[in-house]
This record gives sequence, structure tokens and C-alpha cells, in this order.
Amino acid sequence: MSEKIDTSYLDLDTKDETFLDSTELVLNMGPQHPSTHGVLRVILKLDGEKVLGTECIIGYLHRGVEKIGENRTYTMFNPYVDRMDYVAAVSNGLGYCETVEKLLSVEAPPRAQYIRVILTELCRISSHQVWLGTHALDIGALTPLFYAFRDREEILKIFEKYCGARLTTHAFRIGGCIYETYDGFEQDVKKFCEFFIPKLDEYEELLTTNRIWVTRTKGVGILNPEDCIALGVTGPVLRASGVKWDLRKAQPYEGYQNFDFEIPTGVNGDTYDRYLVRVAEMRQSVRILQQAIEAIPTGPIMAKVPKVIKPPVGEVYHSIEAPKGELGYFIVSDGSTQPYRVRVRPPSFVNLQALDKMVRGLLVADVVAVIGTLDIVLGEVDR
Amino acid sequence: MPEETKGPDSVLPQPEGAKAPAETAFTGTPPAAAGAESKPSEAAKPPVAAKSAVPAAAKPPAAPAKPTGPVPEPWESEFVAQMRQQYGSGIEEALRYLGQTYLTVDQSILPEILRRMRDDEGFDYCVDITAVHYPKREQQFDMVYVLYSFPKNERTRVKTRIKDGEHVPSAVAIWETANWLEREVFDMFGIVFDGHPGLKRILLPDEWKGHPLRKDYDILLQDREWVQANLGIVSGQ
Repeated sequence: MSEKIDTSYLDLDTKDETFLDSTELVLNMGPQHPSTHGVLRVILKLDGEKVLGTECIIGYLHRGVEKIGENRTYTMFNPYVDRMDYVAAVSNGLGYCETVEKLLSVEAPPRAQYIRVILTELCRISSHQVWLGTHALDIGALTPLFYAFRDREEILKIFEKYCGARLTTHAFRIGGCIYETYDGFEQDVKKFCEFFIPKLDEYEELLTTNRIWVTRTKGVGILNPEDCIALGVTGPVLRASGVKWDLRKAQPYEGYQNFDFEIPTGVNGDTYDRYLVRVAEMRQSVRILQQAIEAIPTGPIMAKVPKVIKPPVGEVYHSIEAPKGELGYFIVSDGSTQPYRVRVRPPSFVNLQALDKMVRGLLVADVVAVIGTLDIVLGEVDR
Repeated sequence: MPEETKGPDSVLPQPEGAKAPAETAFTGTPPAAAGAESKPSEAAKPPVAAKSAVPAAAKPPAAPAKPTGPVPEPWESEFVAQMRQQYGSGIEEALRYLGQTYLTVDQSILPEILRRMRDDEGFDYCVDITAVHYPKREQQFDMVYVLYSFPKNERTRVKTRIKDGEHVPSAVAIWETANWLEREVFDMFGIVFDGHPGLKRILLPDEWKGHPLRKDYDILLQDREWVQANLGIVSGQ
């Protein structure tokens, strides 16, 4: 059954110079590519398999969140922010609510602060779990994905019991929290903490000394502290480069100064260190959770805020330590019920800019590892 | 809130200095270190004190609207005095609002000020660059640079006002991170940055017409031509 293949379309006498002397190849990666964590398109300039340079094309998920903010009241805009970093929706809401509270000169009551801290730390763990699972999957380790998602389910269950939603929770309101904790909330969180520490050991057992994992991540995508600061990179990526900086400690908000926890840092600033830092961060989050659940005070959960929120004229920038880095909101109020301008300073967007510097000189397969280690969420990059 | 907003001034200049008072202030009531059942109520006290002071200040806006809100007050410091002395009227405003400081400078000295902020004042981290559109003003745009200093653990903002169509010198040479941030400002407001290595749209398609975050760009307005040609629908709404 052998048919003669028509080779007329092949230019068989390819000249040597077009073949051997051509050193540059442009390769398109994405936007529909599983390892780009959404719809990121990267144009790679290659020499063989070596990366000479990259260009990121983003904006596929642009929804104009900032424009929407200008056209909604302060209260109405609150759920929208959950849709930016959708794997860490709670953190987004916290940042927004705090910024508006700052404009109003209101502070959430202590009980609300504790509830917020608990949910935000749970959210940090779940965000890191998504990162761990998908990052490991990109590099070829399939099991951590199932482990991480299985355990993340416990957190989502707590969210669901607390506010009815699992992902885009809209858990907080301006001035505090709207829901009192459900019966058994404390036990659930305590149980989760006990349950989760051995699971973390399990993840580490799978990866930390895994030879393939170490080979694929050690020395890959190195960022030194100077570059990090110049590029505005924050979060675990900055800390893995050895800069001990965490907004929860540097400029504490929401009562984080009451908790005893450490800032894990790395040494080499490579993909492996970023992995270690994030895993260590999950352990620290559990520590915060355990302290918070022991010390949660009773009392009101909502500060006295007017029904119609009309902050006085002025502008304020406030930022929090989101799982991915510094998440900032810059809100300008003109004294009306709608913000005059809402600017979101997304950590993913700024961190993604470091990709080019990190992958130059590496191989194509490493680009996948570096995108994973940056822990970007395209919903937040594009807004 | 008043405690927190006044804090950075006196306490924050050094990260270590900032941490120490915070720790000493709370060692009396650590939530878990002591681990006693009676602690929660004590731990709750400092915020309560802050809270009781705050609603009193925050409540008035509910009834008579704005006049009682906090007003920006002049930002007095050695640094500001020095700047004023050197640049004179180039420093238009130096204000403090809700504990946050910002400088408004004349557009002509902006690059000089930014470079100085990084090199001499230690603001090594450019957090954000953005703009605000005030269509009714003659100088329609506010450019806002949010800066942070790692050595000082301090935040400040540098602002400048520009007219529509005026160019702003790029800050990419000062902070690399300005690259994408300026591209976003260009995309959303149409402000051109001189000396930018590759100024083009970043979030919207290259062929898109208009700059959405300008106030005259209605929320329902979109580049119909582009939508029709590329998405094959009449309107995205």
C-alpha cells in the first residue's frame, strides 16, 4: 500500500546557508498553551534551543476592571476585584476593602480583622497549592497536582461554608465582614491546620530531593536582588532572591503585627529557591492560622460605616502582601459615591516583566519552568 | 487609624526601628505566645481603642456629606525644605493626606526629581506609575509615581500635571519596571513617554482606537470597527 509521496512541494535543494547559517528562529508559544497558565503568549527568539530573547503579548483577558470601577459605586465594585486574581480572590477583596476603609478613616473591628486574617491566610495556602500543582505539572511531575488540589478542597470547603462561594468569594465588605463565622468554623480551621502539615511534608517528600525536580529547577531563572528591585518584583520571587521583605512585617496591616511568624527567604534566587520559599510560606501561614484561631476575639464584625459610601475628597494608595506579591490599590475620591479613579497595582503584571531577564540563555523547556515559578495569574495581569 | 497614619512618620524610617516598637507594644498581649484564654479580650484592646476614636471622626460624613473629612495638610520635613530651597516653585505642593505623603512637581524638573529620589533619597523601588484624567482642568492629566524605599521602609508619591498631548520623559532608565507600567499608561490614557524603548499598546490590541481610561471614553464605547473585524460580532455589549 505504498503510495509515492509527492515531494514537489518540498524545496529539496535547500541551500546550506539558509540552514546552517541561520542562527535565529522565532517561535510562538501560546496563547493556547497549557503551560502558560491561561492566555499568555510569548514570542521566543531562539538559537537552536537557546533562548535569545522573549516578548510577552498580554491582554487577552482584559476586561477593563479599572474603567468598571469608575462606573460603579464603592460597594458595587467590591465583587469585581475577586475576578482579577481568581485563585486568591480573598486577598484581592481584602486589599480593596482596606483601601476604601483608609479613605473613610474607618478600621474593621478586631473580630473582623481576625476573620480576615484567617481567610486570607487560607487563601494564601490555596493559591500556593494551585501554583505548586501546576508548576510541578509543567515540569513533568504529575502527582503533586492531584495532591495539592485534593488538599485545597478542604480550604474551599471552609470558604463555601463561610460565604457560599468557593472561588470568587466576596467574603469581606467595606468596614469589616458581613458574615459571622458559622458553627464549627474554629474546629474546621484547627482541623485543617493539623491535617495540612503532614500533607506539606508529603509534597516536600515528592519534590524537595527529587533528582529530576532538582535538576530542572536548580540554577534556572536566576534573579539577583538588585534586578528584583529594579524590576519591581515582589512576593516570594523577591524573597527567594534573599530580600527579607514582606508587607505583613514591613508595614503591618489588619493586625499582622500581633502574630508571630517568619519571612522565609532563599539564597540563590533560582526556581528551586522559589519553590522552597513558597512551601515554607505555607508553613508560616499555618502558624498564623493557629495563632489567630486561638486568639480570635468576640465582638462586632462590622465597623460603623454609612450605608452609602461617600469618602471625602482625596486619594490614597494602600497595598497588601498578596500571595503573589505587592497588591496595591490607588483610589482617587471626588466625594461622590463612585471612585473617580481606581488603579490596581497587580503583582503578576509587574512580576511577569522579569520573564525576559530570567530566561535569556536558557532552553525552551526552562521557559516553561520559569513561567510556572513566577506564579502569574493572567486574570490579574490583564485585568 | 490615626495611630497607624501617624506611625510611619516617627517610627518607620528604619525597618528595625519599625519592628521593635510594634513588638514591644504587643508583647503584653501576644495572641498565642502566652496562650491563655483570657488573652483574646486583651489582645483586642488596642484596635478597640483605635476604633472608638475613629467612628467619631468618620461618622459626620454620613450626614452632612464632605466638609468634615480629613483635609490634606502640608508635609513639613527636612527633605521637603531642602527640595523647596533647591527647586523653588518647581515643587508645587508637598502634602500629607491620611498619613501618606506626596510631592507635586513641575513637569520640567520631573526626571531630575525622580532620579534624585532614587539615587539620593533611597527610593529604589518604583511601585507603580499611573495617571488620572481631569478633563475640566487645563492640565488634564496627573501623572502619579508611587515610590518605596527599602532602606527607609517608606512610601511616597511624586506627581506632576501635564496637558493633553504633552510628552513625559520616560523613567525606564531610572527604574526598569517603568517599562510595562508606562506602556499601560500610554495604552489607557494616550500619554507619550519620550525615550521609552518600545512604547506600544500592552493590554489592548495594537490597532485599537482610543484610550479607555480617559474620562471622555464612555464605558459602553468601544472600537466597533476592531470588534467587528476581529471578533465577527457587531458589538461586545
